Amino acid sequence: MIPAVTQQVWCVAALLGTTALAIAAGGSRRSTAIVYGTTFAISLVALAGALFALIAHPGTTALTLPVGLPWLGSHFRLDALAAFFLAVVNLGGAAASLYGLGYGNHESAPKRILPFFPAFLAGMNLVVLADDAFTYLLCWEFMSLASWALVMAHHREADNTRAGYVYLVMASFGTLALLLAFGLLAGAGGSYSFVAIRTAQHTPSEAALVLALMLLGAGSKAGLVPLHVWLPLAHPAAPSHVSALMSGVMTKVAIYGFIRVVFDLLGPPSWSAGAVVLILGGATAVMGILYALMEKDLKRLLAYSTIENIGVIFASLGLALAFQASGLGLAAALAFTAALFHVLNHSFFKSLLFFGAGAVLTSTGERDMEKLGGLIHRMPLTSFAFLVGCVAISALPPFNGFVSEWLMFQAVLQSPDLPQWVLKIMVPAVGALLALAAALAAACFVKAFGITFLGRARSPAAEAAGEVDRYSLAAMFCLAALCFLAGILPGLVIDALSPVAQAMTGHRMPLQADDPWLSIAPIAESRSSYNGLLVFVFITAAASLAVYFIHRFASRAIRRGPAWGCGFTDPTPAAQYSGTSFVQPIRRVFGTLVFQAREHVDMPAPGELRPARFKVEMHDLVWERLYTPVTEVVWFFADRLNQLQFLTIRRYLSLVFATLITLLLVLAIWS
Amino acid sequence: MHNLAFDIAHLLAGGLVLISFMMLYQDRLYALLNIFALHAVVLALSVAWQAFVQNAPHLYVTAVIALVFKATIIPVALHRIVKQLGIHRDIETSVGIGLTMLAGMGLVALSMMVMLRVTGAADPLAREDLAFALSVVLLGLLVMVTRRNAVSQVVGFMSLENGLVLAATGAKGMPLVVEISVAFSILIAFIVIGVFLFRIRERFDTVDVGALDEFRGERR
Repeated sequence: MIPAVTQQVWCVAALLGTTALAIAAGGSRRSTAIVYGTTFAISLVALAGALFALIAHPGTTALTLPVGLPWLGSHFRLDALAAFFLAVVNLGGAAASLYGLGYGNHESAPKRILPFFPAFLAGMNLVVLADDAFTYLLCWEFMSLASWALVMAHHREADNTRAGYVYLVMASFGTLALLLAFGLLAGAGGSYSFVAIRTAQHTPSEAALVLALMLLGAGSKAGLVPLHVWLPLAHPAAPSHVSALMSGVMTKVAIYGFIRVVFDLLGPPSWSAGAVVLILGGATAVMGILYALMEKDLKRLLAYSTIENIGVIFASLGLALAFQASGLGLAAALAFTAALFHVLNHSFFKSLLFFGAGAVLTSTGERDMEKLGGLIHRMPLTSFAFLVGCVAISALPPFNGFVSEWLMFQAVLQSPDLPQWVLKIMVPAVGALLALAAALAAACFVKAFGITFLGRARSPAAEAAGEVDRYSLAAMFCLAALCFLAGILPGLVIDALSPVAQAMTGHRMPLQADDPWLSIAPIAESRSSYNGLLVFVFITAAASLAVYFIHRFASRAIRRGPAWGCGFTDPTPAAQYSGTSFVQPIRRVFGTLVFQAREHVDMPAPGELRPARFKVEMHDLVWERLYTPVTEVVWFFADRLNQLQFLTIRRYLSLVFATLITLLLVLAIWS
Repeated sequence: MHNLAFDIAHLLAGGLVLISFMMLYQDRLYALLNIFALHAVVLALSVAWQAFVQNAPHLYVTAVIALVFKATIIPVALHRIVKQLGIHRDIETSVGIGLTMLAGMGLVALSMMVMLRVTGAADPLAREDLAFALSVVLLGLLVMVTRRNAVSQVVGFMSLENGLVLAATGAKGMPLVVEISVAFSILIAFIVIGVFLFRIRERFDTVDVGALDEFRGERR
């Protein structure tokens, strides 16, 4: 039998082959079917291999290929952590391919997408498999570039070029940070293979620097505030199934990189590292969801919500680091498992929601929620799947989002055991931030679902919408089913994650399969336990009873009457409650500070005939306070440097000469 | 024997630096070319001496290359170019000669300081050689920077390259391939620059690179 890692590398080779096939096949309808069909099949095989390596046949397999740097080769390795993330990547890949089978037919320029889609999948797989710094960085860049090409697929649309530019700059910046981090890890005479880095000793200051660089590098890809700016631009710009991959899967690959370096390669953590990651995670979660709440564009809302979820995951990882530094292994395993569980969950429901947004986009051509509405009547199946996604991401039982957030709060509740007073106070405070983020997320998705699917159509396009094709629906329903299954059978997932937690934190959560009736108990049953199935049965029973009683004892007749128009005689759909009005209370509470939101009312004097106007002014402070000054400084120096283009030959020679002399002088003085 | 070997190597390398200074001082084209030929001859002697001391016969090849190409063919060719172009008049130096000489002395002091300190653990023969070689390289660059005329810039470039060859032969065990490739690259550079010179001459009636700047509409 061939080792698991070899099998995965073959899958990657097959994906790259599909890229070649896609280039050869061109952009016809048939080649769309062929490419997505092939990637679907390959992703399923890779998923099966990863699950097999994670659950049935745990162990580490490695492979060295003689490509890459001549003295290094390319090292690949498949351990429990890599197997879990491969499963996430390929599950997302399979779902996106299935969705693409239908969605891809509406594509205006398939030739711009088909070759890059398998390449993007291959890149993500390779990053997870890489076992030396060189291969890792190479594959990371490959992944970034492939996704950049997909973002730029519709480059003629107004904002997409800017999105691609910002993405490219941020991706290069992130890779630079990663490059420096790996350089530090390898040391002066060090080797770049992860095996050597793992065994090497790192001084505390070095470790702190590597952590900071990883937060910059992996954080910029994952979307940590304030490095998140490219996500809400680039994710919506890509075609929807690629948005789903970028938001649901590629951010997870970044988290994989962070976990690999900080938990695996860097050695024992310090508690202050945990504190930093925790605070960043908490801040990211709240900021991300506040941005999402203010958003009118459905796909941008989802991208901002991704930032929130990344914050939640990083906060859990920070907790795991803090617990591990203090030797609280069980609590560390709990927080770590919660983080991974949320990684899995987010890849399910965020892909599902992006598919839903894509379905809305194909059938109405609109992403602006203020022009949608009433779609539940025209797209009932999509609405149902989208609703499942919304409920899951809002962390409501019995779906999967609840379980991972519950586990995370269980870990937060372990904080009194920590010896450091700073953490004892900080962890509950960050816990409160996360709770706030969870509540705001629920509000955000009530808005997303309510404004898009309920009410009355706000535009002719929304009125003329129809249900999408069966492939797209199949992809959405598969993910919805997974959200549900992971929610009522969380014990299975936790047990599958235990080898990963064991490898990274040295401990594992208690075996959940032993607990009766599929309940889960993170520490011990006497302290806390949760049973998704029971909650589901209860909710179903209670809801059915309520429906029964209402229909039995209230009037049975369905009455149709005119909608209440708030006193207007002819209520137009535009007079409905809009997304902006829905979030006005939240904007008044948080937005005044966070977005410097100001409301301007322009009320005409009595007798004047012009309409009254209400304007909201909002500022993205991260852009204005951080990125704009940086851009201005760069422009200033770029303008100065520009003059260097027009020097005489002798001046260029003099420049070379002066540089050489300066370097020699530095050498003479310093050495 | 060892002391004698060291002294002679020292003498030849020092002579090379001295000739570099002469080049810096010289402001007539024909004289500059003659000095460059002398430079190449001393280089050839130095390389040959290294070949004898290190018992490395392949270095003789390098010495012969230096003697044939740099001391004979290139100066003769450049003489012909100068004659054809009719530019055997004074070189306009853009910095005063006194200042240039002072700068040159500073450069030699700098290269001594750097090399002697950095290569503390190395073989003394190689150390001195490297220090002198760096001086020759820097002086060559200085020649290039301070001259306006394209031909003298070419000469400066080639004297710089002589410094590189000196460094390469001073270090033991440098393979021959490198020297041949370096020599050939210089030859090619010479050809390219020669062709370039004729082009400039055809277009602008002068080989003063300042004319190029004027053509681009810039002030000097």
